[in-house]
Amino acid sequence: MSLYGALWRHLPGPPVVRALLAVLLALVVVAVCFRWVFPALAPSVPWNEGTVGAAQAPSAGPTP
Amino acid sequence: MTTTAPPAPTGAPGAAAAPGTTGRPARRRSASAASAVATVLGELLVTLGVLLLLFTAWQLWWTDVVADRAQAQTTAALVEGWSAPTSVGTSGPGAGPTSAPPPAQTDPGPGEAFAVVHVPRFGPDWQPRPLVEGTGVEELQEGVGHYPGTALPGEVGNVAVAGHRNTYGRPFHEIAELRVGDPVVLETAQGWFVYRATTHEVVRPDQVQVVAPVPGRPDAVPTERLLTMTACHPIASARERYVQHAVLDRFVPRSAGAPAELAGRTAAGGTGAATDGGGAA
Repeated sequence: MSLYGALWRHLPGPPVVRALLAVLLALVVVAVCFRWVFPALAPSVPWNEGTVGAAQAPSAGPTP
Repeated sequence: MTTTAPPAPTGAPGAAAAPGTTGRPARRRSASAASAVATVLGELLVTLGVLLLLFTAWQLWWTDVVADRAQAQTTAALVEGWSAPTSVGTSGPGAGPTSAPPPAQTDPGPGEAFAVVHVPRFGPDWQPRPLVEGTGVEELQEGVGHYPGTALPGEVGNVAVAGHRNTYGRPFHEIAELRVGDPVVLETAQGWFVYRATTHEVVRPDQVQVVAPVPGRPDAVPTERLLTMTACHPIASARERYVQHAVLDRFVPRSAGAPAELAGRTAAGGTGAATDGGGAA
């Protein structure tokens, strides 16, 4: 038993159709990740900051 | 887990494991259960690995693609609006090319793109970037961010801007290539503010005095017209900030045409802001 084995068994049609459906599913997953999941995660990763004092000085006033 | 469970009481281990004994089906069952667990776990790990690779590809490549396209549209729309005859009236045509910059610019609203940043040093492939009010996550994806409350282009004080050094179009990827005297041009509805690079420094992220009206002296009253660019440092890290300072060289009103620094890069009052790929290091 395996996840992808089970997926393969549940896909309908002959192997060619199953393969195409599997590729399609993979593309859907990639699209969902690119469009929604990754943009939501991006602010949490540490390499996306180029400002000074982003946290404590929103107006970048003269107070350090 | 129990793959090595011995076949209970079948005497000699290596020899004849009698086919009919009760130990065999049980062992096969537990062995297959264990291998199923291992298979699923392996699949999940492989899936996680593929997703992490996908995230890397998205971050390092796709965000550039999306941001480049969006920012080019913003830039083109800005320049187009400025070159339209109706909106040019704000810059007095009587002003000489090196006269003092025009006063009174309206404060941009949050997230509003109000200027275009040109940096010839970044090369012909670098597209001019919109300058957007704010330095939040959203604004920095839409262009170069302007620290709210800092000076506007040409004003006395410090025009502080921030840009990504990596990802989201990475407008300031080559910020460390700037040399003293290199022009950094802010284009607004009024015309072109030509700044010249002066010093640079590497600071900790909490050293906000670099964007003070007088950089490094938060309480001083400004007399100069400065520009400060910040980006993360080292590349792809948030440990420090690379800070480039510049000072206003001159203002070129829109009626005078684009300054020589931008020759071959943008059509004067022209159509769109696409880089023509023409000369000019």
